[in-house]
Amino acid sequence: MASKNYLTGLFGASPVAPLQSHMKIVDECVSKLIDLFENMAAGNIEEVEKVYQQIAALEQQADDKKQTLREQLPTGLFMPIERQDLLDALRTQDLLANRARDIAGIVVGRKLQFPEQAAQGVIDLVKATVDTCHQALRVVNELDELVETGFRGHAVHVVEAMLAELDDLESETDRIQVGLREDLFAVEKDLYAVDVIFMYQVIGSIAKIADDAERVGRRFQLMLAK
Amino acid sequence: MDYGTTYLVLAIIFGLFMAWGIGANDVANAMATSVGSKAITIKQAVIIAAIFEFAGAILAGGQVTSTIRKGIIDVSDLGASPEILIFGMLAALLAAGTWLLIASFKGWPVSTTHSIVGSIVGFAMVGIGMDAVYWGKLGTIVMSWVTSPLLAGVISYMLFRSIQRLILDTKEPLDNARKYVPYYVFLVGFVLALVTIMKGLKHVGLDLSTNESVGAALICGVLTTLLGKYLVSRVRFDPNADRDFHYANVEKIFGALMVLTACAMAFAHGSNDVANAIGPLAAINSIVSTGELSQKSPLPLWVLFVGGVGIVLGLAMYGRKVIETVGSKITELTPSRGFCCTLSAASTVVLASGMGLPISTTHTMVGAVLGVGMARGISSLDMGVVRGIFMSWIITLPIGGVLAITFFIILKTVFG
Repeated sequence: MASKNYLTGLFGASPVAPLQSHMKIVDECVSKLIDLFENMAAGNIEEVEKVYQQIAALEQQADDKKQTLREQLPTGLFMPIERQDLLDALRTQDLLANRARDIAGIVVGRKLQFPEQAAQGVIDLVKATVDTCHQALRVVNELDELVETGFRGHAVHVVEAMLAELDDLESETDRIQVGLREDLFAVEKDLYAVDVIFMYQVIGSIAKIADDAERVGRRFQLMLAK
Repeated sequence: MDYGTTYLVLAIIFGLFMAWGIGANDVANAMATSVGSKAITIKQAVIIAAIFEFAGAILAGGQVTSTIRKGIIDVSDLGASPEILIFGMLAALLAAGTWLLIASFKGWPVSTTHSIVGSIVGFAMVGIGMDAVYWGKLGTIVMSWVTSPLLAGVISYMLFRSIQRLILDTKEPLDNARKYVPYYVFLVGFVLALVTIMKGLKHVGLDLSTNESVGAALICGVLTTLLGKYLVSRVRFDPNADRDFHYANVEKIFGALMVLTACAMAFAHGSNDVANAIGPLAAINSIVSTGELSQKSPLPLWVLFVGGVGIVLGLAMYGRKVIETVGSKITELTPSRGFCCTLSAASTVVLASGMGLPISTTHTMVGAVLGVGMARGISSLDMGVVRGIFMSWIITLPIGGVLAITFFIILKTVFG
């Protein structure tokens, strides 16, 4: 009797755990930027190359994960989260890893050395951005608690507090970025112009990672509001 | 009657087989939510199912059995040829069995109950006449197929919302779970006891007044609550388990009490679904033993016994494997959800059993699951199954009917 059972068909695969593990990979990928910039500042070109490879591999992993999760979310699923919100959150998370890889690519490809006056500032900016990313991961990790409580009550307050902290962390990256741009501006005329263009671009991209980490949190705010 | 004994033996064999099929396949759906949420082990599920399906069949299975036996069709027009009803009921058993075999092979959400009702109606329309069907009563039964999942859904939605408010959404969910969850199982004891006492104990020879019944049911409810408190007090908490997921210990409490709701579910399932197998047997037995069409003789206990034995046999021989398979696929359901679903489905089914309404236990369970889903409690549900259920409501009656007519004509040619 090879009977199929329809009650089991009622339960779709939960998107929660895959979304969380995707964000974990993304967070790891972005965190490698600290290594990258510190090694660059110390002049360990070989080490920088190695870190770049790691970042690229993690970005690829995140991409694969994104693809599998998308495939397991056909329309016609009934979820406590809007399918669109979920896909948007996933896309934004993935963007973080993409940007990290692009930044690493520029740094490695152009052997981009920031001038002494800005070197510490860049590392500070990267660290603050990674903190924002960690906080976004923390928020994403609360999703199973939110589903457990049905998006109500105490768990919601916990997440709202986390989101407020995420905002603060992102503002911090903005503040560091402004200072860093000033430092770079002060010395830019003594540098090779093409490099300077890329330096500004890298600074902008790092700041964008923090922005996007905050957007991941925003998506959660929307999920809570429904 | 020439072939009286032959007919009765055939009816017992078909009835047993049908009950066997229910035990082998349908019981899994009743137990799956409890096994899937890992609240009970497969071995526990099989033991609980065996005891409580049997108890449900014997203690509360009489009402629905009498509906299947004499509540759907009027046989007074048959006059001197009571064999027609015998052929018809045998044909209905064969037809429902065949259709279920096809449906479960294909994975269609077809219910045993709907099949047997469709088969009986089909045979009656052709074998006796259009007027032989109590259309009003049939209408009520068909309506109950829609209202029972709805009711279970509403109950589970409200249960889940109240669990959110009292337990999950508070600052101390663990303390509150310990405090409140035992009171939820009061409902289990009360509803089960009430229906059993008011509707079932007549068969066993005990007749209580309404007030006495309610009083006894209240006592059962309180006893269940005390049992619940005891079970909760035995739960071992692991503070480390809450580090990643803050509700791990809360879920443990629900898990401990799901033993009780699983018992209730098995009882409810037995009380409603046993009729599908033995309702026709009861009708045939009455004709063979009295030689008359009038279905006035009371339902003999041994008929319910046949049904209970059949279910337990099916469960022991094949059901264990099906429970394992079904349970292993329902892993997204945590004990708190499973608790709500089983509690509301069991209450709904037992109420229907008390009212003599043959309903689908599995569809009721699906309704209960959707109710929790509506409260944003389940991470993902596939609505394709619900579409399939709508379809099965529409097609099972005609197909059961056509199959029953075919078997009816064959049986009539062979014996008549």
